[in-house]
Order: sequence, then structure tokens, then C-alpha cells
Amino acid sequence: MAKRDGTSIPPEPMRTEEPSELLRELVAHLRQNRTQLREEWVVRITETRLLTAMTKEEIFAEATSVYDSYVEALETEAFEALQAYARNLSERIIPRGVETHEVVGIVLLLRDVLARSLFAKYQNDFKKLNRILDAYEPAANRIANTVAVGFVQERERVIRQQQEAIRELSTPVLQVRERLLILPIIGVIDPQRARQLTEQLLRGIRTNRAKVVVIDITGVAAMDLTVANNLVQTVEASRLLGATVIVTGLSPEIAQTLVTIGVDLGKMNTVGDLQGGIEQAERLLGYKVEKLAEPR
Amino acid sequence: MEVPILKQGAVLIATFQAALSDADLNQLRMGLVQQVVKFRSRAVIVDVTAMDVMDSFASRTLREIAHMIRLRGAETVIVGIQPEVAFAMVQLGLTLEGVATALDLEEGLAYLNEKFKTAN
Repeated sequence: MAKRDGTSIPPEPMRTEEPSELLRELVAHLRQNRTQLREEWVVRITETRLLTAMTKEEIFAEATSVYDSYVEALETEAFEALQAYARNLSERIIPRGVETHEVVGIVLLLRDVLARSLFAKYQNDFKKLNRILDAYEPAANRIANTVAVGFVQERERVIRQQQEAIRELSTPVLQVRERLLILPIIGVIDPQRARQLTEQLLRGIRTNRAKVVVIDITGVAAMDLTVANNLVQTVEASRLLGATVIVTGLSPEIAQTLVTIGVDLGKMNTVGDLQGGIEQAERLLGYKVEKLAEPR
Repeated sequence: MEVPILKQGAVLIATFQAALSDADLNQLRMGLVQQVVKFRSRAVIVDVTAMDVMDSFASRTLREIAHMIRLRGAETVIVGIQPEVAFAMVQLGLTLEGVATALDLEEGLAYLNEKFKTAN
């Protein structure tokens, strides 16, 4: 509209909805079409061959609760609640053998199914579709992210728990003769486990009044500088408690590593294998083993 | 703080208390060597069971005591290092190299008996 002086008054802005209004409209649509959209989602899940570890009934049950939580998260934007739900869900399905890519996959499929239904609904109003998508997309992406992170966090928690259990089970300090201890080490030694081994051994030396300890590392595949130094420290600390350490079972690879990184092997008493180590230990303790008869 | 030094035949037994100051350690160093001379001892057992920390000064003092006593022809055995203390010591590189060690007083005496037997 032109004024008499030649300038113009800008037109009244068109009334656009608040983002929250758009979200409400969107959520209402998703709730109204819940049955149909959920069904479509489950079909897509099966087609994409996800959640193969679960039965159709189980998939349907979980899909229902995931769908409802998804829509609720869109509505309330309560992402902490969603993360708690995701961890809870993960706790249920991880033991069933469900993998990370499956969980991320089904959430993304749901996002797509819902987006398509929005396209279908607003296909005649391109501008409105854009505004609806502007409201939907960040929320949907945040949901996918939250669920994936929740799932991964739960997996990591389980792994940490298992590692702790393995650590506890796998460092036995065994007394095989008076004053003789054997510490067979199997598997991967990280600095934390190395520390635990040393503490356990030193306590064992004091409790059992050991004078000789045979540390067998036949079951250890590889050793880095930190762990090699830990081993040397264990030998030195054992000496301070009056015990001699014999290390047995060094693989060629570990022997190479120790020589290459310059570990002071003069500080370590090594013997080829466990049998040899025990025999030397017995000699040190003044035992003599004599065969009296053939085994029957 | 006075460190009690007991005589058991040809062996002197010094029992460290917890928390010895640097001054105490210095005093002990001279005192022990004087006692070895006075009693013509063949060995000294230093019992550190009561020490819950061992710093580099204490560790160095123990090594010096052992060296000085060896110059008098006598042997030193450190006994009673606690597992936690041993662990802390080796992490700091304090290994008491060159000084004999044993688990406790009993083991220390057994070690010395063995050593004197083979010497004689």
C-alpha cells in the first residue's frame, strides 16, 4: 500500500504458528495415526532384517513402548526421561543379543516413517510442511541421538562390570609348597591389572611367608613398556619382603620386547618354562625331589 | 626419639618406630655403628615393621647404615617392610639395592644363621 509521500507501509506479516504449536499439531497427528504408523514401522523393521534375535510379538511389544516414548519425548522435550527409558530398554535387549546398529537403525526407521507421514499430510501446503519439518527434525535427531547414547552407555556399563569380574577371577596366588608361591598370569595385562597383581602378590608373600615366587607368563601374549616395568617393580618389591622371584614362560615375542625396550634383565631371574621354574624354586628352598617308583 | 637397640648374641636388633624424623635417623646412623664397634657384633637387624611410609631420606639412611656397618665387617638385614610400603618404594625407585632384606625378625635371624654357618 503506497503512502502519499511515496514511501510504502510494509504489508502485515502473515500469522505463523509458534514452534510449540507446530509440535503440538505434529504430536496430535502422530497419536491419531499411532496404530497405522506403528504397523508401518514394524513392517520396515522386518524388511530391513533388524532385531532378528526377537520374535514378532516381542518386536511389536517393544515397538509400542518405543513409539509412545518417542512421541512423548517430542511433546514434552524431556530428554532425561527418554535417556533413562533408553538405558532401561537396553538393559532388557542387550542380553537378547541386540546390537548397537540395530537400535540406531530402528530409531532412524521410525524417524523416517513419521517424516513420510508428515510429507503425505502437508503435501499441499509446502510452506507449512517446511515449518513442521523445522520443528520436527531437530527434535527427531535429538531423540535418535539420545536413544543411541543411552544404549551405548548401558553396553559400556556391562563391559566394565564383566572386566571387573574377570580381573578378580584371574589373579590367583597359589601356594604349592611351604614358602613357595606360584602366580600364573593369563591374558591381557593393563596397568590397572598389573597393579592389582602386584598388590595381591605382596600380600600373599606376607601371609604365606613365601621365600620364592614363580611368576608364569606363558599365557601373556604381549607386553608393553609400562607393564614390563611393572613386572620389574614387582620383582623388586618382592625382594624387599625377602622373597626371590623367578619369571617363567617368556614368549619369544615378549623376550624380544623386553630386550628392545632395554628392561634391566639383570634384575630378573628367568627360567624357560614353569616346570623349570618350579624345579629351581625347590632347589632354592632346599628341596630335592626323588622318584621312588614308576607310576602304577 | 630413642630407637631401642637390643643385643641378641652377636646380633644387634634395632626396632624403628613409626614416623622417625630426619634428625632421629641421623642420630641412629651414628649410634648403631658405635654399638657395633662396642659389642663387636657380626650383624645388625633393622626392624621397620612399624614404618608405614618410607621416604627417600629414610631409604638412603638405611643404605648408608648398611655400608658403614659392612666396613666394620658386619652384615645388615632390613626386615618387616610392609607390602604397601614396598610397593610405594619401588615406584619411587627406592630399591635398597645391595642391602639384604627379609620378611620379619624370625626370617632375618634364620638368614643370618645360614650365612654364619657357611662362613664358618
